[in-house]
Amino acid sequence: MNPRFFAVPMLSMRFVHIWRRNLLVWRKLAIPSMLGNLADPMIFLFGLGYGLGALMPAVQGVSYIAFLAGGMVASSTMYAATFEAMYSAFSRMHQQKTWEGILNAPILLEDVVLGELVWATTKATLSGACILAVVMALGLASPKFALALLAVIVLTGLAFAALGLAFNALAPNYDFFMYYFTLVITPTSLISGVFFPVDQLPAVLQSVASVLPLYHAVALARPFMLGELPPNILLHLAVPLIYAAVGFYVALVLTRRRLLK
Amino acid sequence: MNLRAESGSIVLSVAGLRKRYGTDEVVAGIDFEVHAGECFGLLGPNGAGKTTTLKLALGLIDPDAGRIRLLDRPVPEEAREARQKVGVVPQFDNLDPDFTASENLQVYGRYFGLKKSEIEARIPQLLEFAGLAGRGSGKIQTLSGGMKRRLTLARALVNDPEVVFMDEPTTGLDPQARHLIWERLKRLKQDGKTLLLTTHFMEEAERLCSRLLIMDHGRIIALGSPRELISKHIEPHVVEVHGPGFEHWAEGARKLAGRVEIAGETAFCYATDEEPLVASLKAHPLLIYLHRPANLEDVFLKLTGRDLRD
Repeated sequence: MNPRFFAVPMLSMRFVHIWRRNLLVWRKLAIPSMLGNLADPMIFLFGLGYGLGALMPAVQGVSYIAFLAGGMVASSTMYAATFEAMYSAFSRMHQQKTWEGILNAPILLEDVVLGELVWATTKATLSGACILAVVMALGLASPKFALALLAVIVLTGLAFAALGLAFNALAPNYDFFMYYFTLVITPTSLISGVFFPVDQLPAVLQSVASVLPLYHAVALARPFMLGELPPNILLHLAVPLIYAAVGFYVALVLTRRRLLK
Repeated sequence: MNLRAESGSIVLSVAGLRKRYGTDEVVAGIDFEVHAGECFGLLGPNGAGKTTTLKLALGLIDPDAGRIRLLDRPVPEEAREARQKVGVVPQFDNLDPDFTASENLQVYGRYFGLKKSEIEARIPQLLEFAGLAGRGSGKIQTLSGGMKRRLTLARALVNDPEVVFMDEPTTGLDPQARHLIWERLKRLKQDGKTLLLTTHFMEEAERLCSRLLIMDHGRIIALGSPRELISKHIEPHVVEVHGPGFEHWAEGARKLAGRVEIAGETAFCYATDEEPLVASLKAHPLLIYLHRPANLEDVFLKLTGRDLRD
């Protein structure tokens, strides 16, 4: 591979142009797009929360739906970031050649990839925050740490947007993303403590979960939503942050290899 | 006043440029200069290395060897800064389908760091240039191929560039749309813009380009003005002959023409003096012939051959 593909990204505020471009498109379709993003996690939350919850005694001392709420906020943020960084970014990169057009202007690929990262995080944050607001309005979560929760949502969005963009750079077509969802995202959401406590899992899966960003996002979101300070805050912040930073760099190198040849 | 490069100064210079993909050397050591205010053409069959040369000059890909200077900046090192004063019309339109015509210009202008008011002041002019006055709020999907191409050209002017790169600007357009693009390009030339275009339409190159080069297999095989290239490489008259027994006639014509080339069902005779050829055809009423002046296409076919390039 060309050594210049590994060059340190020259980050600048130029990424805002790309972010604003995406915002302008989104504003035209905002309502259906928001509904689509929110419907799925809401159905899961209330369907499982009340349906399954009725069969269950308290989980970790709270009702099942209050337990599930923390997991759903984190996992729906993950889904929203992943969808945007894969399907939508792929459309702009591959189908519409939007990125190619942008690169003819005085814009570098790092500006484009950073703009997409921040954009996917923005959309994911909207999704996560909406669910959080609904849950709080229904009294299923404490508003005490609302700002900290917002920070957790942003961090979760950054980590999964960065991972998504890295896989986006490798995708030959849309079908490729099915592998990522089936092999990465679905198992991640099942073993990261979204639906049930991680200590229900065999030890091996618990250790796998402990290196996944979603596990750490849930470990922060759930106690915050129950109005408690989570233990090991720094560790739980550091892991998604590392995913975001390393993921962004890998995404940039792979996208350089894909487009700048 | 615009800070335009002085007439005669060099806008783009390329020296010893090479680019290899695997074992295939797509650009195999080329040198050329583009002067301010000229329309410079890159010609060549498919796969000759034209698009790669443009991408190298814009700093979008790294060369394996050679030096590039664009608007007095080394490329690829300062390519981003150089592109501030460059417009690009890509081979395939990549207008934003989610935006209107005006929004396309607005959003693209931002990539150059232009202020909103600055771009908005320029939009009516740009739409007029694209022949889309009053259609600024039209969706991209509702535009014809020619309109999209003109909007892409207008978009490339949003930053008031000194030089405009165009990769096959009229490919896929009908004659009306193509002529309109040509008129616009002539207007840009009059406005003092430097144009660099790739094409495989010889007619286009002959009409627009002050100088051009012909590339094949990554190398430059000819460089000069269309007139120079025609007079240097080809006899001024061409007589094309087909019909029953044309091959037999062509055998006899070899001593009357400078060069006779048989391609499929046609004999192409290149001559300094066409009279004897035309006279000898009088005795063969079944043969159909066309006498015309030599053009750039004859030069191109002579230099790059008649084999298909797929």
